[in-house]
Amino acid sequence: MRQSMIRSAALAGMAALFAAPVALSQDTQKPWGQADEIWGEAEMAEARDQLLSSHGDLRTSYLQAERFELQSFDDEDVLLLDGNAWIGGDINKLWFKTELEYLPDEGDLEEAEVQALWSRAISPYFDLQLGVRQDFEPQGRTHAVAGVQGLAPYLFEVDAAAFLSADGDLTSRVETEYELLLTQRLILQPRAEMEFSAQDIPELETGSGLVSLSAGLRLRYEIKREFAPYIGVEYQRSFGDTADYIEAAGGEADATAFLIGIRAWY
Amino acid sequence: MFNRRSFLGAALGSSAAIGSASLLPAWARSAVHGNTGITTLTGNNFDLDVGEFAVNIGGRMGHAVGVNGTLPAPLIRFREGEEVTLNVINRLKADTSIHWHGLLVPFYMDGVPGVSFPGIKPGETFQYKFAVPQSGTYWYHSHSGLQEQQGHYGPLIIDPAGADPVTYDREYVMVLSDWSFEHPHRIFEKLKASAETYNFNQRTLGDFAEDAGEEGFGDALADRAMWGNMRMSPRDIADVTGATYTYLINGHSTFDNWNGVFEPGERVRLRIINASAMSIFNVRLPGLPMTVVAADGLNVRPVETDEFQIGVAETYDVIVEPQDAKAYAFVAESIDRSGQAVATLGPRAGMRVEAPELRPVPTLTMKDMAMDHGSHGGHSMSGMKAGQGEAAPTSHEGHDMGGMSHEGHDMTKMDHSTHGDMSGMDHSNHDMSGMAHSGHNMSAMDGGMQAHIHANGPGVAGLAMMPVSRLDEPGIGLEDVPHRVLTYADLRSLEPNYDTRPPERELEIHLTSNMHRYMWSFDGVKFSEVTESIRLNEGERVRFMLVNDTMMPHPIHLHGMFFELENGGGNHRPRKHTVIVKPGDKVAFDVSSEHVGDWAFHCHLLFHMHAGMMNVVSVIPAADGAAAAPADRHPGHAGHEGMDHSQHSDMDHGSMNHEGMDHGNMDHGNMDHSKMDHGAMNHDGHSGMQHEGHDMSQHKDHGGHQ
Repeated sequence: MRQSMIRSAALAGMAALFAAPVALSQDTQKPWGQADEIWGEAEMAEARDQLLSSHGDLRTSYLQAERFELQSFDDEDVLLLDGNAWIGGDINKLWFKTELEYLPDEGDLEEAEVQALWSRAISPYFDLQLGVRQDFEPQGRTHAVAGVQGLAPYLFEVDAAAFLSADGDLTSRVETEYELLLTQRLILQPRAEMEFSAQDIPELETGSGLVSLSAGLRLRYEIKREFAPYIGVEYQRSFGDTADYIEAAGGEADATAFLIGIRAWY
Repeated sequence: MFNRRSFLGAALGSSAAIGSASLLPAWARSAVHGNTGITTLTGNNFDLDVGEFAVNIGGRMGHAVGVNGTLPAPLIRFREGEEVTLNVINRLKADTSIHWHGLLVPFYMDGVPGVSFPGIKPGETFQYKFAVPQSGTYWYHSHSGLQEQQGHYGPLIIDPAGADPVTYDREYVMVLSDWSFEHPHRIFEKLKASAETYNFNQRTLGDFAEDAGEEGFGDALADRAMWGNMRMSPRDIADVTGATYTYLINGHSTFDNWNGVFEPGERVRLRIINASAMSIFNVRLPGLPMTVVAADGLNVRPVETDEFQIGVAETYDVIVEPQDAKAYAFVAESIDRSGQAVATLGPRAGMRVEAPELRPVPTLTMKDMAMDHGSHGGHSMSGMKAGQGEAAPTSHEGHDMGGMSHEGHDMTKMDHSTHGDMSGMDHSNHDMSGMAHSGHNMSAMDGGMQAHIHANGPGVAGLAMMPVSRLDEPGIGLEDVPHRVLTYADLRSLEPNYDTRPPERELEIHLTSNMHRYMWSFDGVKFSEVTESIRLNEGERVRFMLVNDTMMPHPIHLHGMFFELENGGGNHRPRKHTVIVKPGDKVAFDVSSEHVGDWAFHCHLLFHMHAGMMNVVSVIPAADGAAAAPADRHPGHAGHEGMDHSQHSDMDHGSMNHEGMDHGNMDHGNMDHSKMDHGAMNHDGHSGMQHEGHDMSQHKDHGGHQ
């Protein structure tokens, strides 16, 4: 019934369009609408909305194991998962990051954290990221997160974030990566990560200032863009009071690991 | 057991191949299947059945969406002026549509859901009915979702009502396309995740070593640093490549070898249609010159060439006259040289020509960044594409031109040493777009600083600082080939242009992008963000000035109207429906706004359109003209009136070396030079300037630009 009414309205509109064109720009809500007179306003409105949203406002998603690797030190092995996932559009995304460190020899999850972030594009190459970080190991701590992530000039990938814990401790982490194409598929990736702390956090055996640095080189082969096994080497070092804490506990302030892993995304 | 299974598999595969060949429309079938000419779906009444079906591409089975179960869809052929009825049945689970590409249909028959009609729902039959006043080679395709990538396209020929000015003994339709076994949504998602997903032609360490050997380590490093500083790649030529595409001619990959036959000495007309989703092709028949006789369906003065670049959605008709009884290759090479489709034209059915090697991958140059000053060779480039400053939300603020790195380049012909002075330029007040109001040939205003009065932000990663008209260039990768290449400047319409009025106003539209985020737009505004269409009044003569701020060529298509491409052709300018706008290019065309209605206007690279590089052009009926929105209400085009050149005094012309600029075609008579300090301009050394016959006294009083 409604359909046929619209049809008759459309026919009338069609006649009107040719007999005496109406002021089509009266309706300021519509970006355009000359076909409304012919096919019906409701049908066209629906199709128009669909057209607009499907041309520039599509949601996509991404799941990545950036580093899924076995780090082989002199005295122990560490299994690391550094993962990312996001869902959203060009400007706003919901972003998840996780880092898990597992000691297979001891069957112990040494570090586990998850971040949930609202990520907003603030410039062509950078996103502002705000959200929360929940640590499960070594201690269940909750942090507020503020950071920027993006592509710096000269094609350096940068991820820098500050974390304010529920206890009021302020720490930060800066990661940067570069990709050197040896061939179209064989890619050497230097990567550095630094952690800083604004204060001593004795319960985490962390001193203030530069806490740690890790610098790695990973050589991956992209069998597909989405799937690349790699080998690598990484140097890790702790500084200042943090190093003292570790050495006091009988550990070493610096160590080198050989890496074997997989970088994959979907 | 294993052997038996693989034998069975092979047997099934080959029978499937034979089976699928019979599913091809007769005209697309290879000559080996008995196709020596075109058989067509003719008449005035056509039934087109849109559905899903299996296809065999290069020996592998794929899943297609298309018309009447064939890929490409059937050739539709009718006569000029006759009313045709096309019944489109949708057997898909999703909406579909058919757009008649290049046909001057009433706008509500144009087939764009949400613009011309609501679309065709599953199970519904939609009846298109129209008569069109034109003839030539066209095509049709879905305008719904990404169906075009899945096979929903086919050729359409309208035979002239009178005698055809083009004579020929035999003709073939050559439908070029790109096929992927990946679902197009997956392709799009991967591009959003990583825009370089399909690019396996990047510059590597090996290329660096090679360049360092040729140019010196310092130059090679400076070049890498320049591109790296812009966060761009000079090999970013096609987003979706041969890494996922199998390129097709009439549904045949090179492996499938479409072949047509000819008798030596015959005039063979090839109607070449680029029905790709994303692939611009270089077309050539090695050893066989082509005479181009039509472009985008309309006849042009015959022009002989050896190769041409064909944008997505363009069509060219060429005549070849093979004299020898041997097989010739018809080569459609993707512009990024990641793949090609090769067909055979030979004296006997079933011949297979040897496919030529893919040529070296082209590398973008400074000109593609819109910073070449005209006297550069392709290789001596330096970094001046204006990367948008991270903190620069609008216009040109934040462009630190003083920081340009020119070390180590061949600057012998250009004096950039004083460009540091330009960092003081205030581009926000530098409204040069208003100059175009003179309505004359401003396309030759090459080398001028480009104003950017459009939205900016995360979706706009670069701006063309000094775009120039590149119509006389053959296109990316064809600059140095050792034979003739067609350019847009070579095209002259056969018929005189019926509308030779000068444009009453100009619309400047920038093609904008952020490749890194895979965002594409016009004037920095994605289609999803558009709140008002581009308004033209019926009968109004309007110049479109397209400025490409991106590093990629874009085939821009206007529905419903042919436009006269401003290529210096006078009253014989070619009339087209699609034009490639090269990187750093500034393309001008005029429309007569003769067809009332809402018309889609977009980049015909499917995923660019899908990402937002689209708008609607509304031609408002004349009776309503007064009530219609004037152009200056269109977002992004404010400032066309009240142009103030007084800000130009900040520009230090004295320190710009304009060598190589062609001012010969500039109409200075309509420019307000009274506020410019000519005394400070250093014209010494402008050896490339052509001021002959230019009355400088005209510069004294111009009385503004409105």
